Amino acid sequence: MRPLDEDETTQVLEKLHKYVGSNLKHLIERQATDGLDSKPGGFCFRLHKQRVYYVSESIVRRATNIARDKLSSLGTCIGKFTKSAKFKLTVTCLDLLAAHAKYKIWVKPSAEMSFLYGNHVLKSGLARITDNTPQYQGVVVYSMSDIPLGFGLAAKSTADCRKLDPTDIVTLHQSDIAIAFPTLTIAEGTSRLLKRPPSLIPFFSQARLF
Amino acid sequence: MALLPGKGGKKRKGGKGTPTKSPGKKSSKHDDEEFEEVSEEEVPTAGGKKGRGNAVEKRGKKEVPQKAKGKRKAFPESDSDDDSDDEPEMEDDTSEEDEDEDAAMEMLGSTRELLGSDSDDEDYMEMDDDPKGLEFSDDGSESEEELDVEKRSRKIDAQRILDEKDAEAEMQLNIQGESDDFRLPTAEELEEESKGPPDLPKIQSRIKEIVRVLGNFKQLRAEGSDRGDYTKQLALDLASYYGYNEFLMNMFMQMFPVAEVVEFLEANETPRPVCLRTNTLKARRRELMDVLINRGVNLAPLGKWSKVGLVVYESKVPVGATPEYMAGHYMLQSASSFLPVMALAPQEKERIIDMAAAPGGKTTYIAGLMKNTGVIYANELKESRLPSLSANIQRMGVTNTIICNYDGRKLPGILGKNTADRVLLDAPCSGTGVIGKDPSVKVTKSGEDIVRCAFLQKELILAAIDMVDASSKSGGYIVYSTCSVLVAENEAVIDYALRKRDVKVVSCGLDFGRPGYTRFREHRFHPHVANTRRFFPHAHNMDGFFVAKLKKISNTIKTTPKEENEPEDTAVAEEPENGEAVSADEDSANTSAGSEDDEDVGSQKKTKASKKKQKKASIEQNGSGVAKKSAPAKERNGSLNGAKTDHKNAVKQKKPGKQDRTMDAGNVNPTKRTEEEESSERLKQKKAGKQNGTVYAGKATPTKHKKLKEEGPVRKKQKSIEQSEDGKKSLTPTKENTAAHAKRGGVDEVQKKRNYSPGGKVKQQFSSKKHLKSKTRRK
Repeated sequence: MRPLDEDETTQVLEKLHKYVGSNLKHLIERQATDGLDSKPGGFCFRLHKQRVYYVSESIVRRATNIARDKLSSLGTCIGKFTKSAKFKLTVTCLDLLAAHAKYKIWVKPSAEMSFLYGNHVLKSGLARITDNTPQYQGVVVYSMSDIPLGFGLAAKSTADCRKLDPTDIVTLHQSDIAIAFPTLTIAEGTSRLLKRPPSLIPFFSQARLF
Repeated sequence: MALLPGKGGKKRKGGKGTPTKSPGKKSSKHDDEEFEEVSEEEVPTAGGKKGRGNAVEKRGKKEVPQKAKGKRKAFPESDSDDDSDDEPEMEDDTSEEDEDEDAAMEMLGSTRELLGSDSDDEDYMEMDDDPKGLEFSDDGSESEEELDVEKRSRKIDAQRILDEKDAEAEMQLNIQGESDDFRLPTAEELEEESKGPPDLPKIQSRIKEIVRVLGNFKQLRAEGSDRGDYTKQLALDLASYYGYNEFLMNMFMQMFPVAEVVEFLEANETPRPVCLRTNTLKARRRELMDVLINRGVNLAPLGKWSKVGLVVYESKVPVGATPEYMAGHYMLQSASSFLPVMALAPQEKERIIDMAAAPGGKTTYIAGLMKNTGVIYANELKESRLPSLSANIQRMGVTNTIICNYDGRKLPGILGKNTADRVLLDAPCSGTGVIGKDPSVKVTKSGEDIVRCAFLQKELILAAIDMVDASSKSGGYIVYSTCSVLVAENEAVIDYALRKRDVKVVSCGLDFGRPGYTRFREHRFHPHVANTRRFFPHAHNMDGFFVAKLKKISNTIKTTPKEENEPEDTAVAEEPENGEAVSADEDSANTSAGSEDDEDVGSQKKTKASKKKQKKASIEQNGSGVAKKSAPAKERNGSLNGAKTDHKNAVKQKKPGKQDRTMDAGNVNPTKRTEEEESSERLKQKKAGKQNGTVYAGKATPTKHKKLKEEGPVRKKQKSIEQSEDGKKSLTPTKENTAAHAKRGGVDEVQKKRNYSPGGKVKQQFSSKKHLKSKTRRK
């Protein structure tokens, strides 16, 4: 586990900036009251085994005595560096993004499942969109009950959205919460799922990571 | 069919247990009631009214004239009598049958009267012989009006009814005859059975029979078979019926009374209801309930004891596939898994360790209760289970967790001893409580598996206890839980922990569940083990579970009782025999260099008084110091070492504040005190001279005065020894003396000389210990 170096930090922050915009400042300078110390520390990024974790400082300190190969994860994993040293966000970052997102899209209940299956959001499924969303802006996708479903790219700006046909794509799908449960998409509806939780395939071995 | 009335009565009872093939099932019960009355009456009055066989005839003859008088009225009584007598099984059948009977009898009676010939007499006689013992009315007036044909047809109908009843009665009697003499199958029968596939209905009936017999053994037993035979056969039958191996079946039969075993096994056949736990970090239970109900899930709150639990009855959509699940609003978890976390009751900003965390249900619950504050170390041994743990933690929005992949037994070395506030150990177990989920447990678990599990669990619980800081402000608790119902993995492990570490069992805070066993077969556990809780599928409708909450009292490590005795004996033995020698040794040891010694000396100097007290305490414990000389040399050495380390324990206990320094996670450099402690621990462990620090510490104080008294005889004896010796090696020649002497290599003389100093008293004190310490170090 080590702090990120400059290049890595710029990559991560750029990526986050796409979705979070100027709220990035809030994200980094957040006060962490969850530590054992009475004084709240801040948050920091740590790199461990090619994955970037967003952790409060007190927890980072506590994790120092765990061996490198024995440490599995800490805090929140926000993304990973690929083999070609590019940074991609994982869906585990969603909570963090959703808390600080600037541009949001709400999806109708009918289109919820479609998005969770990995399809793009069509005009017909679009319920709400924040004003002045520039084109190709990173957006967080919510359901009508304000549950963050995933994130994506706004294919059209807000103004353009009004002129679209119902079958035109509004949001390009990048990642959604159902990525963690590929078996669900196959086995949905079987009673077996009632009895056992779906087998959780490793988050980090999936193809769709942004 | 000359059946004894008494037996018959009990036969009727048997009729309950057997799978009655006859339609009159209900009646059998009633039969019992009524028949009992009958039987009681029958026994005293031999050949009384309600008799069978021969008695019937008499009665029939007696009662016929009576009946002739009071036809209608007599009928109900006699009918009921007859019914109760002869057709207990038919008795409380639908009134139709009674009516039929009445009708039959009427018809017969009428036909008899009408026909009134020999044929009728024959009929009459038949009926007389007929155990039903029908009585005939004289309804002459009515019958005259009927046609012959009708009469005949009625007669035929009546006869048919009677025949049917006869047949049923016989069948019933046959059934009861079988069950009445329930006897265990012979070896031949068993062999035959084992040849083919198991005949399940037969086995089931036999199970019921044996349970019935065992329930009322005194009366229902067959001659020549004792209780053991029945239970043995029951075990075999249950094992083959439900599919368990012999070992598990015997374990369960030892744990539960017979009827409960069957219930337990039945409950294991079906899975327990699915439960959810609301993730308080992201959702509230009420809102979640509304949302899920809208989606089509039929659920209800779990119970009064849980604020976050929901139980799912049925669902249109897969509960594990809703967007809410994927967003981490709830977790699918069995109800019993809530319990250890509820018992743990983690507070905010605490340091918690979860030693066997995968797949993460309990860890995320803990994080929810802590509201993402503090720190949780989630440890999981198996790498293959780490992804699911990690995924669950990320999904539920838990941010204060560190996931590591260690063997739980090594965790204290990594995370630090005496550092955590609370530890949860959901130990790997045999899984005998969750047979409903995993039926393979029935056949795969053997005695060896259980022993291995128990061994691992004991190691893990000691590691868990070692990690907790006894002087934590808000914590100091360990929760041990398993999903097993076997005593070897539950109470035995807790008892072991109580013996090995300074902990006590406290109440779990769960108001339901059965208390743990304090006695089980040959085991006798500490009475506080009754504070633990057991849960069973048949009693609580949740998976079999065991939860125990321990509070760490102090950070000391106990010795076993055997080792405790040794130091007492040997310390005593040392004093009188070799007071001088001992004192000399101590002096030498005092002056000698060595890191351990330095620390020891330092500590000794600091707490001379306590050391003296301890010594005298040890003497005191044995009553009179002089008397016990019987301990062999080795033990003596070990004991004195123990006494010394004991002293260190006292030191430790006296300065708990310093221990706080070790609590800081980042504090790589322990304090001097801790070094001392560690070294003393090492010493202890080396020489296996562990002691119950509390015992000595406790007794250390009140012995000041007695010390003086004790010294008297001791000193005198030493003097006498000195006088007697005059340069000779041997002291008052006792076996132990000579042995110890030889071991020490005859150093006594030199040391004796040293001890001639005026301050001998004090020196003796120290020397005794030092002497032995040096002795053992030589070893």
